Amino acid sequence: MSWLTSFFSWLGEFFGTAANWSGPGGIPMRLLEHLEFSALALALAVVIAVPVGLLIGHTGRGEVIVVVSANLARALPTLGLLVMFVLLLGTASIWPVIIPLVLLSVPPILVNTYEGIRGVDPELRDAAYGMGLRGGQVLTRALVPVALPLILLGCRLSAIQVVATTTVAAYTGLGGLGRYVIDGFATKDYASVVGGSVLIVLFALVVQILFALAQRVAVSPGVSQRQRIR
Amino acid sequence: MSDGPPSIWEWIGRNWDTGRADSIRNLLTDHLTMSLVPIVLSLVLALPLGLACARWRWLYQPTSGLMNVIYALPSLPVFMLLISVTGLSQTTVIIPLTFYGMAVLIPAVVDGLRSVPDHVRQSAVAMGFTPLRRLLRVELPIAVPVVLAGLRVVAVSSISLVSVGALIGQGGLGGLFTRAYQNPFMPPVIVGIVLIVALALVADALIVLAQRLLTPWVRARKGMAS
Amino acid sequence: MRRSWHGGRGPATSERSRVITFDAVTKRYPDGTVAVDSLSLEAPTGEITVLVGPSGCGKTTSLRMINRMIDASEGRILLDGKPVQGIDPPTLRRGIGYVIQQAGLFPHRKIVDNVATVPYLLGWDRKKARSRAMELLERVGLDPALAGRYPFQLSGGQQQRVGVARALAADPPVLLMDEPFSAVDPIVRTSLQEELLRLQSELRKTIVFVTHDIDEAIKLGDRVAVLRVGGRLAQVADPRTLLTEPADDFVREFLGHDRGIRRLQFVPTDGLRLRTDLTVEEGAERGAAEPWLLVVDGDGRPLGWASGARPGELERYGTFVHGRDSMRAALDAALLSPSGCAVAVDEGGRVVGVATRESLDQALAEAADV
Ligand SMILES: Nc1ncnc2c1ncn2[C@@H]1O[C@H](COP(=O)(O)OP(=O)(O)OP(=O)(O)O)[C@@H](O)[C@H]1O
Ligand SMILES: [Mg+2]
Repeated sequence: MSWLTSFFSWLGEFFGTAANWSGPGGIPMRLLEHLEFSALALALAVVIAVPVGLLIGHTGRGEVIVVVSANLARALPTLGLLVMFVLLLGTASIWPVIIPLVLLSVPPILVNTYEGIRGVDPELRDAAYGMGLRGGQVLTRALVPVALPLILLGCRLSAIQVVATTTVAAYTGLGGLGRYVIDGFATKDYASVVGGSVLIVLFALVVQILFALAQRVAVSPGVSQRQRIR
Repeated sequence: MSDGPPSIWEWIGRNWDTGRADSIRNLLTDHLTMSLVPIVLSLVLALPLGLACARWRWLYQPTSGLMNVIYALPSLPVFMLLISVTGLSQTTVIIPLTFYGMAVLIPAVVDGLRSVPDHVRQSAVAMGFTPLRRLLRVELPIAVPVVLAGLRVVAVSSISLVSVGALIGQGGLGGLFTRAYQNPFMPPVIVGIVLIVALALVADALIVLAQRLLTPWVRARKGMAS
Repeated sequence: MRRSWHGGRGPATSERSRVITFDAVTKRYPDGTVAVDSLSLEAPTGEITVLVGPSGCGKTTSLRMINRMIDASEGRILLDGKPVQGIDPPTLRRGIGYVIQQAGLFPHRKIVDNVATVPYLLGWDRKKARSRAMELLERVGLDPALAGRYPFQLSGGQQQRVGVARALAADPPVLLMDEPFSAVDPIVRTSLQEELLRLQSELRKTIVFVTHDIDEAIKLGDRVAVLRVGGRLAQVADPRTLLTEPADDFVREFLGHDRGIRRLQFVPTDGLRLRTDLTVEEGAERGAAEPWLLVVDGDGRPLGWASGARPGELERYGTFVHGRDSMRAALDAALLSPSGCAVAVDEGGRVVGVATRESLDQALAEAADV
């Protein structure tokens, strides 16, 4: 169990070093950066994917886009995409890295939003039109509330993806918690690697918990009782 | 490189089989090993665990909770943490990928078994099937499409995820990406992406084929409906 | 709204009620299926018009063309003389209640908000819409305590009642109902049907009701339109005429083999000859001439049949309300009792006489002559 003792001594070293808690390379700063990049990419992905998913689900047109993007996003290697964009666009700004982050987090939201809208009981859709709701009202008042568990699931899967990809993106020079891992590995500073890894894992778990809470708050009890959420 | 940058084809030809560990051929072999092992292993492990969860319902909630947590763990830090246990070896990549696979497949197995209509199960009982026979002859075959749908996800994402291992020196074709980044050069990136996507498509197609062979009735039914 | 020449012809609330007219309406789906073929039909103001027919005969299609959920390919549908094709669908629909099989309630909204959906759409203020919703819940026979629940917490029958309440919320003059009661068990269905008839006697809406159940059609309809597959009208008539004079073999077949028995529910019992010499008060001396005597209590209510063969025992009896119930009820009452006689009672349940087999026979023979 020698690895366990070294694990804890690395942890102690990383979190115990005062210098690690301040300045541009300090934990609070890196944490904020990680949050910033992840949130930025996720927000852009939501802004793109939710409306498109709603539109395709509601109109039933363009379903091919959903299928193709879902498969492609899973098959495309994150690291390859990141390196490609950086080689193409340089590293003058964060955009060469943010763009692939967004590209990879669009499909989960798109697919689940689409599935959510498609999966709404046709009777409900029918009743909504029958009562005189207009197309947009049917969407916002009947379909979205019922599809919300799946839409949020898509956002959660995307968030998982984004947090992980932001970590990998440190390799191409992006800030954030991934820096500790990448730089530590390069310089054989294992305290940094282990400490950074633990931070990222905790970060990912907190994001998960936040999404679970959001789900509780946002989804009507009338819906969540009925639908089993994966 | 004095006579201008080589074309992609030239570059492939020159690097295909250099005899060194980082020849494209060797990377491809490594990539296949590191992705196939987790795909197979996660299926083999998920089947009994999924069956257990379907059989003892109380087991499902905690198991799926745990799988959700595992699924949320970013791969790179997990690789890094494992290094201190398994070293800089392929195992370090294979273990987390196996768990990710299980996180997808266990729910798929449970969903698949739950998709067996109750009347089908009841009539199997009524006809005198023993529980084991019922499982093998009735319930598993009906669950196959759902499980294989999950396996497609696992196969494609494992194949692409292996490349992250390149950051600890064990990424199969992902090694092309780190090489291209250190020595800024596009062809290896393109070759890596294309090969990985191609592998994923082939694996996906093989599973679809397997599904057709295993569950001929699914296609027959669709044919009738249209 | 422009008043048409139909206005004022109907009963008291005709101002708000509407007649619906199908004028040679055809619906051809894009795949070539002709679901409704040149249908001309009128659903009069304040009445229940039932569309009935075998599966796939175009009932739903016809119904949904009224509120433009489906647009007609040819012909016109007039609402109070005005073609619906000229009205903006959402506006049109807000004035037409719509009830469907699974109720189609919004799962994410509480019952009270479900009922208030159309009032909200029409811009009523929240308080008014909700109090209207509460009033309607009571009206359709639901416990107001259910108002705060979500649809999944209600039984199928309760959900269906909510569906009816929701359709009535903005007090639309027209109600379209597509097999609203077919997904609930027979007992609940019967009570929902009775509730609808009771509501209708108060509200006098113009209702178009779709069903594939001929019994339901006859029970609910003021007029019944029988459609045949291919969307052609086979016959439209009041239930009684339908049973006595089916237009052709298709309608006869569709009405079923017990058409004769069912027809009896339109034959009144006031003409039925009753004997008053077969009743005897409890404890009184029993005449020996008749094999069966009806024992009644001091108030004249029936207690049971006494048989000459088994003195001291009272046998089962069946009653019908003389003059109000139909011959079908009288016959039913007779079949319930070993005596073979039906007990005629007044509205208060007091015996007014006994219909013997002979008198029933005679009435049946007369009915068959019709
Ligand atoms: N969207 C559509 N496209 C093509 N054909 C359709 C469509 N909707 C209905 N039909 C066809 O039109 C015919 C009438 O359908 P409709 O739903 O009106 O029947 P229905 O009388 O309500 O039947 P049921 O009692 O089964 O509900 C059927 O043959 C049906 O298959
Ligand atoms: Mg129908």
